[in-house]
Amino acid sequence: MIEWYTWTTIGIALAVGLLCIGFTVAGKGPRDLTVLGVVLMELLVIAQIVMAIVAPSVGNSPTGNPLEFWMYLITAAIIPPAAIVWALMERTRWGSLILAVAGIAISVMTIRMWAIWTIQGV
Amino acid sequence: MSGVGRVLVAVYGILALAALGRSIFQIIDRFDAAPIAYTLSAIAAGVYVIATLALALRWERLAWATILFELAGVLIIGTLTTIWPDLIGEGAGDPFGRSATVWSTFGAGYLFIPLVLPILGVIWLVRARRSAARAAQPASPHAS
Repeated sequence: MIEWYTWTTIGIALAVGLLCIGFTVAGKGPRDLTVLGVVLMELLVIAQIVMAIVAPSVGNSPTGNPLEFWMYLITAAIIPPAAIVWALMERTRWGSLILAVAGIAISVMTIRMWAIWTIQGV
Repeated sequence: MSGVGRVLVAVYGILALAALGRSIFQIIDRFDAAPIAYTLSAIAAGVYVIATLALALRWERLAWATILFELAGVLIIGTLTTIWPDLIGEGAGDPFGRSATVWSTFGAGYLFIPLVLPILGVIWLVRARRSAARAAQPASPHAS
């Protein structure tokens, strides 16, 4: 994993999550802005998949268990599209809350992936 | 299905994925290390998957059964792992430990979502039942 890229992903996922919470509080359903935010999150996760495949061959290997890392990464790739489909079936404020949950989940899971990749022996 | 129910299903779905992923990993990686804890992880994951489907597809009975099972699981395993951390496997009482299940120490490793979610699920099912009963009875102008 590349550190700056990982933290950028975490920051954007958190920002999307907070924005969607704002939409929920304001009583607004999913809009282009929030849905595209979740699409951006998915693209970041897909790029992370490519990087995680390439990184070990250039000397950047996970220090933790690769299987555990991949479980998180694959799950993280499933969540945004599922959240978009589910949110667009619910075009009220609760649809925005679904997108918010996805954003927060991706940020927490990316933090966990970073820990598996870099921090061991806790 | 009204809005809040959909959010509930979404959160259930994510927890189901999380529990399933963790369980598959534990079983492939080191099942012999703590068979009881990992079997529990797998059962919990299966029940979350079924609960998600039951809520989404409005299979009310199955939703009740799975949600009450989860509530019992998180309370029983949560209590046991808090009092005797090594009872069901070494280190199972550490919410981030190698033998943790989604229910260890009341789901602390998952922000206590496994504890809160079945309670919200029960509230949702009770409300859904009431509104269904209300819809079934034609409103009388004199009834309050």
